[in-house]
Amino acid sequence: MTEESMDIDMSMPTNTVEEFLRMERMPHIWCPGCGIGTTVNCFAHALETSGLDLKKVSIVSGIGCTGRVAGYLKLDSFHTTHGRALPFATGLKLANPDLKVVVYSGDGDLTAIGGNHFIHAARRNVDMTVILINNFIYGMTGGQVAPTTPIGATASTTPYGNFEEPFNLPYLAESCGAVYVARWTAYHVRHATKAIKDALRKRGFSFVEILAPCPTLYSRRNRLGDGLDQMKFYRDNSEVKNDADTKTVGLSFQGKVIVGKFVDKDKPTYLDSMNAFYAQKFGDKYSPYKG
Amino acid sequence: MKKVIMGNHALSYGAMLSRSQVIAAYPITPQTQVVELLSEMCADGTLNAKFIKVESEHSAMAACIGASAAGARAFTATSSQGLALMHEMLHWASGGRLPVVLGNINRAMAPGWTIWTDQNDSLSQRDTGWIQFYCASNQEVVDTVIQAFKVSEALAIPSMVVLDAFALSHTYEVVDIPDQAKVDAYLPPFNPPYRVTPDDPRAFGGLTGPEHYMELRFKLQKDMEKVLEMIERTGREYEKQFGRYLGLVDDYLCDDAEIILVTSGTAGYTAHVAVDEMRDHGLKVGNLRIKVFRPFPFEIVRRLTQSAKKIAVVDRNISYGHHGIFAQELKSAIYGHGDCKPVFGFIAGLGGRDITPASFREVVDFTISHDRPEEEIIWIGVKK
Ligand SMILES: Cc1ncc(C[n+]2csc(CCOP(=O)(O)OP(=O)(O)O)c2C)c(N)n1
Ligand code: SF4
Ligand SMILES: [Mg+2]
Repeated sequence: MTEESMDIDMSMPTNTVEEFLRMERMPHIWCPGCGIGTTVNCFAHALETSGLDLKKVSIVSGIGCTGRVAGYLKLDSFHTTHGRALPFATGLKLANPDLKVVVYSGDGDLTAIGGNHFIHAARRNVDMTVILINNFIYGMTGGQVAPTTPIGATASTTPYGNFEEPFNLPYLAESCGAVYVARWTAYHVRHATKAIKDALRKRGFSFVEILAPCPTLYSRRNRLGDGLDQMKFYRDNSEVKNDADTKTVGLSFQGKVIVGKFVDKDKPTYLDSMNAFYAQKFGDKYSPYKG
Repeated sequence: MKKVIMGNHALSYGAMLSRSQVIAAYPITPQTQVVELLSEMCADGTLNAKFIKVESEHSAMAACIGASAAGARAFTATSSQGLALMHEMLHWASGGRLPVVLGNINRAMAPGWTIWTDQNDSLSQRDTGWIQFYCASNQEVVDTVIQAFKVSEALAIPSMVVLDAFALSHTYEVVDIPDQAKVDAYLPPFNPPYRVTPDDPRAFGGLTGPEHYMELRFKLQKDMEKVLEMIERTGREYEKQFGRYLGLVDDYLCDDAEIILVTSGTAGYTAHVAVDEMRDHGLKVGNLRIKVFRPFPFEIVRRLTQSAKKIAVVDRNISYGHHGIFAQELKSAIYGHGDCKPVFGFIAGLGGRDITPASFREVVDFTISHDRPEEEIIWIGVKK
């Protein structure tokens, strides 16, 4: 780990990211061994070192275990309906382009009920960062099959295993137009932190997928042990392949996990395109939209 | 066969015994067990149905509509936000005259986010052209699902079978599971006159100009008007087979009551207990639990409330800017029929706040001590 210096003073009794959390809402609802909290730590550290003015960062979540993140972070936060975090966030960004808008939600929320919004937000290249916590199921409602459940994995609505082809999310994001695409796991805290920081700095639709253990529902039902076992699995079975062709990074049940930064390119954002288009059409008569 | 099951599984058993052929659903608390048990039944072959794990409730209803149009018996279950998301498709199912049956677990609407019960989710769908049944026991849930398919298919109108979150959905009760052969005799396979099939190609859902549209709606209403009689008739048939009558209302000691409580859902059973207590104290109180809300059983409600001096409606819902929805219905039912007795409209138990026998004592105390309600809404148990 050379790219980031993130020295944490271990003698400090308090959690160094406390200032980013609404401590009055603790304890949080997440189960012991859940990976979501780990990713929040990464996010907080990324924010801390990003140099962003926190007064201008807004976080939007849908509904789910991951969706609770918006409620725990001490930022302007928006806990929206299930599946609609992206359109809420799009509205927020367009009404106030000065905001750094972050969407933080689950795999089910963003790619099942909200899948339509995902492809369109990426297509438009709306300037926002999407952090998707993939635990391969709908956690909050009891571990039902999701569009991310690997073939063969058991969920509460697939008692004999899932046979439906899951999404390869980095490939989906790239093909829809995302300018930054990375995947890490809750084991890779430093990489994930760095990826979130890069994504926050990126202009355009940036996407970070983080695989996270759900010991209570996914691991238990699939006999994969506890949260720690799943972390060990990620340690032993992940392969870092930066710039990998996203076509090749699909996941299989307990198979190899390709992680890394897959896409990092530049493209005009939604507002850039709009302003450039109308400036060309209307010349001096057009004053660029500033919110 | 008797079994101890939760309300959610009562919905699953109802759908299974009705031999649903297509089930499409999206999970939402507190509905999840309905679908989990059905997915298991479909996977292990107990139920010969296709289970589609769709990506949203809107798609769930769309898939049921497709299945029903192709001639399959279709079932789904949802709650609250999920039902709201289905709204567009609910109109489609009724307008398309497709007899889908939907189990809805009453859960209050967000924001504030909540998972506890009240009726604003299903009552917000009252004008979508669906039949609505409100249940108060797990037995009633199983029986009503089977009857709902029978009534819906006879009149080509979809049905919603509604039960309270947790108070019923997660409460275990002894249920007499009807015998499959008898259910088969009661509910023969779905055989619609029109279906999407290459044998008889037709166009469905076409553009309808002003010269036809109104007649479609007129026909839907005319068939809705036949639902009450159909529920009573099929309810008697059911009673012959299974020994339990499935009617429009559950009336308890209304005959000689001076004050009639009008209730629905599980609060209706609590009212029952409260009525017993109050009768012990010499108060002439009765309870009229409304089981069928759409179409509204005007006549029977009028008849049963005829000799009462006052009516006290307890609503676990609200129409903002107006008042409790059952109270509105009650007033419209008795308006212009006989002497116009005072209707007291109480609102209680929103977002899962408990409605207890004490709540009903408060309701009755208020009703006894006032000649008229004075206010449109009398709130029970609210911190003002
Ligand atoms: C319209 C609607 N349908 C269903 C639900 C119920 N629901 C809440 S969270 C959730 C799934 C969450 O899954 P995911 O986004 O993967 O988050 P996780 O809990 O796994 O972090 C569902 C189905 C809802 N709140 N609203
Ligand atoms: S159910 Fe799973 S995803 Fe939800 S908090 Fe527990 S471990 Fe985490
Ligand atoms: Mg998930």
